[in-house]
Amino acid sequence: MKSLTIDRLCAGYGDTQVLWDVSLTLAPGEIVALIGSNGAGKSTLLGAVSGLVETTSGSARYGDVELSSLEPDRVVRAGVVQVPQGRRLFSSLTVEDNLRMGAYLRRDREVEADLEKILALLPRLRERYDYLAGRLSGGEQQQVAMGRALMARPQVLLIDEMSLGLAPVLVDALIDILAQIHATGVSILIVEQDVQTALEVSSRAYVLETGRIILTGASADLLDDPQVKKAYLGV
Amino acid sequence: MSDAALHIDGIGVRFGGLWALSEVSFEVERGAVLGLIGPNGSGKTTLMNVISGVYKPTTGEVRYGGHRIADVPTHDVCHLGIARTFQIVKPFANLNARENVAVGAMYGREGSKRSTRAAFERADELLEVVDLARVAYRRASDLTIPDRKRLEVAKALALDPEVLLLDEVMAGLNATEVEEALELLRRVNQRGVTLIVVEHLMKAIVSISTCIVVLAEGRKIAEGAPADVLASPQVIEAYLGSRWVKRQAQLEQIELERREAQHMPPPSPS
Repeated sequence: MKSLTIDRLCAGYGDTQVLWDVSLTLAPGEIVALIGSNGAGKSTLLGAVSGLVETTSGSARYGDVELSSLEPDRVVRAGVVQVPQGRRLFSSLTVEDNLRMGAYLRRDREVEADLEKILALLPRLRERYDYLAGRLSGGEQQQVAMGRALMARPQVLLIDEMSLGLAPVLVDALIDILAQIHATGVSILIVEQDVQTALEVSSRAYVLETGRIILTGASADLLDDPQVKKAYLGV
Repeated sequence: MSDAALHIDGIGVRFGGLWALSEVSFEVERGAVLGLIGPNGSGKTTLMNVISGVYKPTTGEVRYGGHRIADVPTHDVCHLGIARTFQIVKPFANLNARENVAVGAMYGREGSKRSTRAAFERADELLEVVDLARVAYRRASDLTIPDRKRLEVAKALALDPEVLLLDEVMAGLNATEVEEALELLRRVNQRGVTLIVVEHLMKAIVSISTCIVVLAEGRKIAEGAPADVLASPQVIEAYLGSRWVKRQAQLEQIELERREAQHMPPPSPS
């Protein structure tokens, strides 16, 4: 059972440093939230872990594998899979093909069985199986994105802003799906601007502000924190 | 004579075999802020497109100022007094912020009466209103997302509308930016502009709407004062979800504690 350990990570884009000494741990089987405003660096952090953004110093390890120097496909092979912001589906491929693309790196024989399990978890996708992904509603697309990530058999799921633009009742449905995924043993790092949702679904959380972790603690405690209330709950 | 600015009467829109909207009717009062909410796919954007004359409805009509919107060419709808923003903002990328807004001022309802200089003066005024004066000469493509959204609103205001349709302007804004956007919309509404606001951010809808219309699967399922609509079991089931009610209670509790700590009176019942 491995932890995702991010230790004093600095990362950015060319001359622009976005993350400053960010440290964060996701223990096996945990759901941890990373909250913060637009532009705080949350997606950059996930990008750094996934090998999409350049790390300048510090480390991101999964077990004893150093992720920050790996190519993105090797990060996925290591079991760390992202559900990206904005879903990033292959819009001109069907739901089926999008899901199968999630298993692109796999060479085992259980892909079909996994597809069945995912359709059982996300029955809407069975109904929309032959639809082009670009034609689905936002909530359905979010489910395809999660299904696609699950097809890679992740041990760690990094979920970036799943609630953006979705009706509250759909976010609730996604929370239930997350709980079911979590129950199978997947560790989850959920990145969210919707602070209430993030703190409800996680046991611990980190607050990122302009590239630095400024607060961390049990999610229930953070809901009571005056700084969090003022800056993020809008009260 | 009614106070209604906009009459939406039996609107139905069919795309092939699918009715995207059926039998949608309501009136928008002059000076109101109407929140239009509902799940994705419920027909909100389709309705915005009918009101702004982008789609002609299959059944029913939208009437404004004695005109049927469907009888007016789309590019002339703004001359009736209806303007809109787009969910995916569409600035003139190579023009700067000031020029973008000036285009609206030259084209809109008062446009033919304005000299080029007057159009730019109007643009400068509106940039102040939306707090973009600080980046007036920056190219639209170089603006941040929140600033592009402000520009989208300024461009629409430059058409001198009486009714402004706002399509998810809050998406992607942080809590502070949402507050600023709401302040801006309140200022615009206070200047006499009727607003129709499509939003998923319920906090924003609750904060600003004088009335709410809820769509689900192409039909209107609720209409009325925010407190009533948001407590409706049908709306909770179709859109808000049961956890929303609990979260609202939580937020209200936090607000109450904050006010007590600052010795402020409790807010009036929402």
